[in-house]
Amino acid sequence: MEMPTVTMQVIPMEHGLLLAAILFIMGMVGVLTRRNLVFILMSLEIMLNATGLAFIVASSHWGQVDGQIMFLMILSLAAAEVAVALGLVLQLFQKRKTLDINVLGEMKG
Amino acid sequence: MLDLLWLVPVIPFIGFLILTLTFGKLPQLAAGIVGAGSIGLSFVFAFLAGSSFLGAEISSYSQTLWTWMSVGDLEVGFTLYLDGVSLVMMYVITGIGFLIHVYATGYMSGDPSFARFFSYMNLFVSAMLILVLADNLALLFMGWEGVGLCSYLLIGFWYKDPNNGYCARKAFVMTRVGDAFMAIGLFTLFVSTGTLNIQEAMLEAEAQWVVGSGVATAVTLLLLGGAVGKSAQLPLQTWLPDAMAGPTPISALIHAATMVTAGVYLIARTHVLYLLAPEVQYLVGVIGAITLLMAGFTALTQSDIKKVLAFSTVSQIGYMFLALGVGAWSSAIFHLMTHAFFKALLFLTAGSIILAMHHEQDIFKMGGLRKDLRWSHALFLIGTLGLVAFPGFSGFFSKEEILATAMENHDGGYILYLAGLLGAVMTYLYSFRLYFLVFYGKKTHDGHEVMGLHLQGPLVLLAIGAVFAGFIHIPVEGVFPEMEEHHPSVMAQAAMILLPMLGGLLAWWVFVKGKVDTEKLAGQGFGAKLHRFWFTQWGMDWLYDKIIVTPYTWLAEVNKNDFIDSIYNGSARAVRFCHEVMSETQTGELRWYAISIAYGLLLLVVLGVLL
Repeated sequence: MEMPTVTMQVIPMEHGLLLAAILFIMGMVGVLTRRNLVFILMSLEIMLNATGLAFIVASSHWGQVDGQIMFLMILSLAAAEVAVALGLVLQLFQKRKTLDINVLGEMKG
Repeated sequence: MLDLLWLVPVIPFIGFLILTLTFGKLPQLAAGIVGAGSIGLSFVFAFLAGSSFLGAEISSYSQTLWTWMSVGDLEVGFTLYLDGVSLVMMYVITGIGFLIHVYATGYMSGDPSFARFFSYMNLFVSAMLILVLADNLALLFMGWEGVGLCSYLLIGFWYKDPNNGYCARKAFVMTRVGDAFMAIGLFTLFVSTGTLNIQEAMLEAEAQWVVGSGVATAVTLLLLGGAVGKSAQLPLQTWLPDAMAGPTPISALIHAATMVTAGVYLIARTHVLYLLAPEVQYLVGVIGAITLLMAGFTALTQSDIKKVLAFSTVSQIGYMFLALGVGAWSSAIFHLMTHAFFKALLFLTAGSIILAMHHEQDIFKMGGLRKDLRWSHALFLIGTLGLVAFPGFSGFFSKEEILATAMENHDGGYILYLAGLLGAVMTYLYSFRLYFLVFYGKKTHDGHEVMGLHLQGPLVLLAIGAVFAGFIHIPVEGVFPEMEEHHPSVMAQAAMILLPMLGGLLAWWVFVKGKVDTEKLAGQGFGAKLHRFWFTQWGMDWLYDKIIVTPYTWLAEVNKNDFIDSIYNGSARAVRFCHEVMSETQTGELRWYAISIAYGLLLLVVLGVLL
């Protein structure tokens, strides 16, 4: 039986990068507009993952493994960052009873 | 014994170290023994070295202790050099210095800073000995500055009175003006002759320089500047009268017997250079002549016993300069020695009088003291007779030599001679004015002589010196060019002796007989103006005030905010401005930081794309 040859439809790199850029900007807008520290951290995660996606796309396009390694590193970095940051956020909330960065912004030059 | 020469300046220095490093904790007796004893020991060694020097019949002896500095071709040794002139100076400094130290143990007794006083005194003697024993000009200059420093410290010894500090600073600054000239002179001499050794430099100069050439004139003029500053001659004489703010033994030791004669020593030491610059040598004589007259007139108007003596010192050093100017080198050194005796005697006796009068120095508040102060009276009279060159007393022999040489000097010496003769009349007049005002006339205050072996003992020895020092033969042959013997005619000699005595008679007539109302004479009209003119040292202080002090303070006032500082202040202000701008960006708002980062990233990306 003749199997129809299925050729994998390759997603063009531009689409992947565009998606990464959109994710990055969404994350950035979240960082800039959100007042709650937890949401800012979440937006930061989105930004980190956007860059990770860009690395993956580039890596598969050129068939090089470096990008995937980079993504693993970003992933572990994000995990570590979240662990520390959430700890800090918890402490902050216990002390100040708020997570509004407009209220918490005290370090002025 | 000659190799013990190094001990002469070193022992006083050790005394200084002991007195300084005990921080005044030494009891008065011990401090006195160390202070005066070190000078006495130094005198013993000076005497031993000196007598074996004279016995050895050599013209000079030098002793290198170590190399002081060695840079390229310049090799300066810490070398002592002894010849006839430095021998005389060494004897004067240690001998008279010792007597004054002994006197000072009595005079300064009970002063809380007794040890400090003697430590300065010992340092002074040490520096002065280095000055006269130096074999090279660098070492001489070190001693020169050392004595200047001690002079400053001792004038301002009672520093709690601001006026004493002012006088000390004035003396320091005025002599520093001369020293700057002297230093430049030394540099010029070194550049020209290539050596700092005095004897070698003299030989080099004699071989290289043409008589009256520019370099000879320049070097001698610059050295003269130093000598004039140190020896309080015109135009830098104004510091010496103010230097009387120091304790009286200081006035005797530093400002009469030793330090102020350093200028005379310097010129005598470098006399070869002055022979190569006859015009400058004549200028030395002229400065001496004008100074001795100026100081004589001023002494006549002063009312402070020490200031009268100070001006008489200026005047007598004027005689020494006059002697140098007419080439009577050995007479200048001779007069230096006799002057050291009778002037030290006068100052110390004045100190005794001041003690007896409970620190009263105004001669118009004394009077009729010859019964109360028998000792002081006799000693002061001897000193005065020495000062006025009464026949038979020490001053007579030296001053007569100077005047005789000046008289027979053909290159304009005659005018100097006349000035010297007039000065001799003035000397009689002001000396006996002082003597009569203190010891004759109506008695106003009682005086009680303070007696003690350490007070009267040195005075008696000095008095013996003041009488007989004229018979001492100073061993300066071979150092100075041979001088022809002067035999002035009997008439000239009689004039030289008798004419000045008229001054003494005048003083007696005015101040004992009271034939002239001096107050009236000096109080109105032309007399008042003349009195003022004389009293202010011919307006020199006023002149300096107008020429130097006033413009300087004006400049200081104008430049109070120091315009050079504005450069640095400006840069500091720019940095602060930048800091303020930058700190504006530190808002503390997370949002602001994030968007700055985003914009920065955008900027970098855009730049990366465009470029």
